[in-house]
Formats: sequence, C-alpha cells, structure tokens
Amino acid sequence: MNNLERMKKFHQAKWNEPVIYEMSEPGERAVLVPGPCCDCVSTDDALATLPKEMLREGVANLPEVAQLQLVRHYNHLSQENIGVDGNIDIGQGTCTMKYNPKVNDRLAGQPKVTEMHPLQPAETAQGILEIFHRTGELFKEISGLDVFSMQPGGGSHGVLALASIVRAYWRDKGEEEKRDEIITTLFSHPADCAVPIVKGYKVVIIQPDADGYPDIEAFKAAISDRTAAIFFTNPEDTGIFNVRIKEFTRLAHEKNILCCYDQANANGLLGITRTAEANFDMSFFNLHKTFGAPHGCGGPATGMVAAKKELRPYLPMPLVEYAPEKGYYLDFDLPKSCGKIKSFWGVAPVVVKAYSWIMALGADGLREVSRVAILNNNYCMKKILEIKGASISFPNHPSRIEQARYSWQKMKEDTGFGTADVQRCIADFGTHYWSSHEPWVIPEPFTIEPSESYSKQDIDDYVAVLAEIARMCYEEPEAVKAAPVNSTVSHTDHDYFDDAAKYAITWRAYNKKYDGYFEPKKK
Amino acid sequence: MKIGFLVNPIAGMGGSVALKGTDGEETLRRALELGASPMAGARAAEAVKLFAAHAAGCEFLAPEGAMGADILRAAGISPTVLFEAKEATAAVDTRRAARLMAEAGVDLIVFAGGDGTARDICAEIGDAVPVVGIPAGVKIHSGVYAKKPQAAGMLVSNFLQGRVKRFVLAEVEDIDEEAFRDNIVRARLYGYMRVPDDREFMQERKSGGGAGTAEEAANLATFLALSMDESTVYLIGSGSTTMQLTNKLGVNGTLLGVDAVKGGRQIGKDLTSQAIKKLLAEAPREKRALIITVIGGQGHIFGRGNQQLSPDVLRMIPKENITVAASPSKMAQLFGKALIADTGDPSLDAEFKGYIPVVTGHSRKMLFKVS
Repeated sequence: MNNLERMKKFHQAKWNEPVIYEMSEPGERAVLVPGPCCDCVSTDDALATLPKEMLREGVANLPEVAQLQLVRHYNHLSQENIGVDGNIDIGQGTCTMKYNPKVNDRLAGQPKVTEMHPLQPAETAQGILEIFHRTGELFKEISGLDVFSMQPGGGSHGVLALASIVRAYWRDKGEEEKRDEIITTLFSHPADCAVPIVKGYKVVIIQPDADGYPDIEAFKAAISDRTAAIFFTNPEDTGIFNVRIKEFTRLAHEKNILCCYDQANANGLLGITRTAEANFDMSFFNLHKTFGAPHGCGGPATGMVAAKKELRPYLPMPLVEYAPEKGYYLDFDLPKSCGKIKSFWGVAPVVVKAYSWIMALGADGLREVSRVAILNNNYCMKKILEIKGASISFPNHPSRIEQARYSWQKMKEDTGFGTADVQRCIADFGTHYWSSHEPWVIPEPFTIEPSESYSKQDIDDYVAVLAEIARMCYEEPEAVKAAPVNSTVSHTDHDYFDDAAKYAITWRAYNKKYDGYFEPKKK
Repeated sequence: MKIGFLVNPIAGMGGSVALKGTDGEETLRRALELGASPMAGARAAEAVKLFAAHAAGCEFLAPEGAMGADILRAAGISPTVLFEAKEATAAVDTRRAARLMAEAGVDLIVFAGGDGTARDICAEIGDAVPVVGIPAGVKIHSGVYAKKPQAAGMLVSNFLQGRVKRFVLAEVEDIDEEAFRDNIVRARLYGYMRVPDDREFMQERKSGGGAGTAEEAANLATFLALSMDESTVYLIGSGSTTMQLTNKLGVNGTLLGVDAVKGGRQIGKDLTSQAIKKLLAEAPREKRALIITVIGGQGHIFGRGNQQLSPDVLRMIPKENITVAASPSKMAQLFGKALIADTGDPSLDAEFKGYIPVVTGHSRKMLFKVS
C-alpha cells in the first residue's frame, strides 16, 4: 500500500466531548468509596478526629459521573490524542521521541514500586534504593563522572540543580557575591539561560559563528572573574556538535569557572563521547527521553545530575549511598549541600524504566542506539534537503549528530507559506511537527529528530508527508489555507492562550471568566 | 472596515538606472531620460492579488489612476476615489492621500513605495493609523515594509480576516540620496509608524503564553529601570525601546531625541550635543551613563537617529557605562550581522570594535560583534 495515500486518508477522531463537569448528574458515582473503617464509626465521628483547620466547610465540587459514562468520556479524549504509540513521532525535534518498551512500564507498575512510600525507612526500601544506586554506577561509565543525584523531576529541573550547585559552591568559596554571571550559548536549550536567571544570576549569551559553533572570540570576551559557571548544551539544538568544546572548558577552568554540560541531547553520544572527556565538572541527563522512559511533557521525569567527586558536598540531598555494613541508605550529612531541589529523592518509576532500558541494551547496545540515531538523522537530512523549498541551518556545516534544524525560508519567499502553515497541514496526515525553541533566528524553522526507534520506512513516510505539504504550498495554496480539515479542530484563536484575562486551565477558572461556551462574563 | 490604498507610482524608478533613488523632480526627470519605467504599480498588484479575495465588505479608499485606483480595479475591487492627481505625481500627492485617509478614519493604510514614500506618510499620520508597506522603492531601510510584495499581501489578507490583533512600532528611516550617490551612507531616523506584528502568525507555542513584542519591551524597560543608580546622570537615546524606559520611569521622553534622567527625574529633554556636554560636565566621570538602543535593519548603535551623541559626547562617558538595550526579536532580525558604530570619528569607531553586550531582557544580555 502506498503509505502517503494511506496517510492522506487519515481522519482524526472528533467527539465534541463536553468538559466532565458538564456531564455531572447529582448522585451518580463511578466507584463507591468505602466508609471510615467499619460500621461502628460514622463519617462525622471520623472527621471529628481531624484538626478543625483541615476540615472543608462545604462538599467538594467534584463531577458526579457513573463508571460507563466516565470510561467512555476518557476513551473519547484519548482517541483525540497523538503520541509515540500513535504516530511517526520524529517531528518533535530536541525531544528525543523514541519507543518506550512496554515491559518497562510493567516493571515500574508493579506493586513493589507503586506501593512504596518515600518516607519508608531505608532498611525497608533496599530494593528501590539499590536500583537508584546501580543506575548511578552505570552513569559512571556513561558520563565518566563520579557522583549522582536523581532528585530533579525533569530536564530544566536538572539545570536548576546545576545552578543551585554552582551557587552553593561559590558560597562555600566565599565568592558568591562576586561570581554573579553565567555564560551560555544562543542554541543551548533556553532553560540554560532562563533557569540561572531564576537562581539570581545574570546571563551572557554567546552567538554562533558562521559555521554554527559558539563564537570562541565572543566567549573570550565574556569570561571574567565574575563568571560563576558556563552552561553549554552539546550538541546544540541545530544538531551541531561543538568539536572545540574542550577549548571552551580549558579557557573557563583557567579562571576557575565551573563547567556545566546540558546533556539532554545525548542520544547521539552514548558510548561515543562523554562529559568527562569534554572536561565538564557536572552535567545532567534526561532519564526520560534518552534513556527510554517516556517524555512526560512536563513530568514526571528525571533530570539526573552527574558531577565530579570534588562537587559531592554541594549536591542536592539526600544522596543514595551504599555501605557493606548498613546496605543502601540516604546520606543527609551534607552541610554544604545546595539543599533540596525536590521533595524526597526522585521519581522512582522513571529510574526503574531507565535502569531496565540500560540493562537490556548493555554497553554495546547503548553505542548501537547512538550509531543508529545518527545514521537515521543523516539519512533523513539528505531526504529532506531534496524537498523543494527546504534548507538547513548553517548549510556549510557538514553532517549533524542526532537532530537537525531546517528552514522553509525559500518556500516562504516563493509561496508565502512557512513553518506555521506546514504545522497546521501536517495534522491532516495523522502526525505532527514542531518548529524551534526561541530565539527564532533561523527563518521559518523546523527541527526533526528521527531517533533510533524509527525504521527506514517510517522516515521515508514522514519525509514523503513533508514533501507532499511543500508541493501543496507551491501548487494548491487554497488547500493549505484551509488545513487542517481532518483534525479534531481547525483554526484556533490564539488570543485565548496569550491573554491571562481570557485563558482558563480549570473549570473553576473558566466559570469565573465565562458564561456558556467562550461567552465572556458581563461585568 | 475601511482600507486606504496608495501607490507612489514613480518609486523605484531611479534604481534600475543606477540613480540610487528617485527623490526630487530633477532625479525623476533624469530617470525617465535614462529610460526607467514605472514598476511600483506592478509590485503593488502582486500584493493586491493576495488579499483581493478577502476584500468583500471592505471600503477601499484610493487616489485615482496609477496612485491606487487602477491597480485595485484590475483586481476586481471598486475603490472610493479620493482625488485625481496630476500626471507626474509628487510627494504632496502622497501626503494629501495619507491625510485624507486618516480623516476618513481608515483602519489600515496599505502603500507601495520606498523610504521617501514612508517618510511622507509618516509626516502626515505618525503612528495614528496602522500601515503595511509594499516594498517598491530603491531604498528600503524602513521597518514599515514587508520583505516582499507577496508578504505584504499575506499580511493585509490576515488583517482583512480579522486575524491581526497586535501592532508594533517600526522605524521610518531614510538616507541622504545626494551623499549616497557619492557612496556615503548617511541615514536618519525620521519617526515611527504602527505595523502589524508579523510574529503573530509565526509564534511558536510549545512554551505557551509566548512573549509578544510588547511583553519583551516591558520586560526590558522594567529591568533597565531597576538597574539604574540614583546618583548617576543617564542619557537616554532615541528610539521606541528607550522610550519604553522613559515611560516606565514616568518621565515625558522624546521619541527621536536624547533625554537626561537622574534619580528618576528628567533633567534634560531633547538635548543638543552642546547641552549634553554641559550636563555631563557637572557629573563626575564615573557617574555618567548612556542607554541607547539598536536601530533595526542595519544595526546601527551610533550615527543613526542619535547624531546628538557626537564623538566628544561619547568620549565623556566611560565605555562600561554605555548600555545597549534591544528586544530579543529585534536582535533576532540582526542574526548573523554585526552592529555598526558610526560616530563620525573613525578613531572612536575603532574603540567600539570587538564585542558589546546588548541587554535583551531581565538579567540577560547577548554579546554582539561590532564591526
């Protein structure tokens, strides 16, 4: 079967599903919640045992829906969705969308994991602590670093941990006031700039040179005795690996500046090069994404911090440790620690999934992951560059690592249609596509990351969709303007997302702002 | 909806015959002698093609003939004719048309021309009425023009469909044609007009609540205001970015001039070079500071719209006390280019060569090359 023709005949489910509150019928129940313990204690008696300030005055405003109607509702919503299991998910560049083995979901879903409580004494949690500890041991090989914290709940949260460690380190050295600047690059992840600002730092951004590498002359002009640390993503969002990276860390270390490596884009580096070889003092890895746990779109995830042993005193606490006499334990004895980045010690199911994924593949398997990811990307790149109107950022630069940032600038000039139009159109093919992080310096950008999970056929099919949309832009402008026509919604009014007075993320907030369907409340 | 439509039919004629512009009757005469033919109309028609489908229900106001009405009629739009111009149209006709459109209360003026045309319209309407410029001139330094006629057409089409809701101020710039013919680029900032925020159609929404241009400017102005020292004399240069700062400080600033602020109070308004020197002389050297912006397009930090900041003024201020501030989107447009310091004194320009930090928002700056 011709896959492009098949994908063109896609039609997304559209159920016009109400908000669950609108389905509420007083008295309906999906489950019957058991009483306090037994018939001898009334609800009122049980509530009377709670402190007064914890008691709700009225009944909670919850929707009342029976089980069948509830299941149908969420089943409908799930059909209006898109994800790795439902489409060729290579258009979400920088997000390392890959197959998340179902067996790992089973492992993480076992009662042995789900019934754990983070406040359990360590001696009753030896199994999960062992998995945390062993995962750290694996990263000694993967990163070349020595100490680990799995506390951060996501990638940008990992950046927050690094920035917090930097601050704790300079506080200890008595230079916290003086060292108030952080240097990053324009194509590092935006969190590498934004998060240190949250942590009170001033951030200096280095632009790329003509080849797409961070401008080393600008870097020399930026470093000073006020610089606390550098935060570099490598490879950057363009898919370009900074081959001079050791020169940057050397210059930084000459001024005793800490070097922090954003390794969220590590999917093309496993078993090939490591944080330690680039002479970074610490880094973070996404156990979600790169290491096989699902990309949670905001969590729960794990931005695991890895650092040289000299930085151990400053890591978030507690650290998971092992001693032969007491087994696995939580080490809170870190007086210089940056403190807690998150409650407890990490998102256990994500760590279990990542551990299983790494153990299933082994060292050779990890290297094979990266080799296939790079091969897929460079194959995909060659095919995309054959599409009329498409080009790549920094065209003089040779091959890319695991992803690449492209541009529809030529198509925009020829037809008036750019990346936002492609983004609308592609929903009609049952797949999706992302453009770029800020800053939008590559005109009409799109970023494709065909990780190791996708077959040659998948990549061919996805690129065929892009080529078909480009053809439509050149030959069928009216069809492009109308798209998407086969999706759940067509054009949306962005005003609602931009205006705090208009958007609502809960039913309660919605009811404060609107009567009926998007009818603003009359003042 | 009412739309004004205006073409400067002679715009761009000087270019094809290497006259580098078409300003002034004499130049036009020479251009015609050299065999130049009008091209602005054809470029305007390219744009009209793209929005004609959404013109139903809108009233179009245009001067008769080549100044607008003919081009609209060719695309099936019957305009309300404002007046009939003489055969050889001149700047006065452009200005008259813009004035009549503003008086008629149009929602948007679509015009085709070059920097001279933009200046004429700006002189009449300022930022009172939004505009979309179709590039048809020899010189296009002004930010009021779309990149290509087709892009202008798409923008107008979006406007007619009610999809344009945000506007930004864009520079109206022009160079001295006489000097330019001698290969000297001497540009000036003449004012600002209001244009649709093109990014509205481009904006990436992964992170939600995308910062628009207005939010970026407010963020920048707030940070600059918070960073100011009470006892320092601040010169605040021209431009809409720095105007946001004076607004934030609650002082009545000058859009196209240099103002002075100390301790949150205005101590000088629309200052000349002489007045600036006098003011600076009263403060110790380390208490003198300057906040300027980058003029969009070519990336000038000095020598465009702020000639009051003469070389001797700049020498009175420590280099580290000079803050260049610009929104991230303005700097994104300059991606891959270098900034230009054209103070009028080559030896001073040389001192600014290298890398200069450009403050782009709260606690963030970008190192930019100055060539």
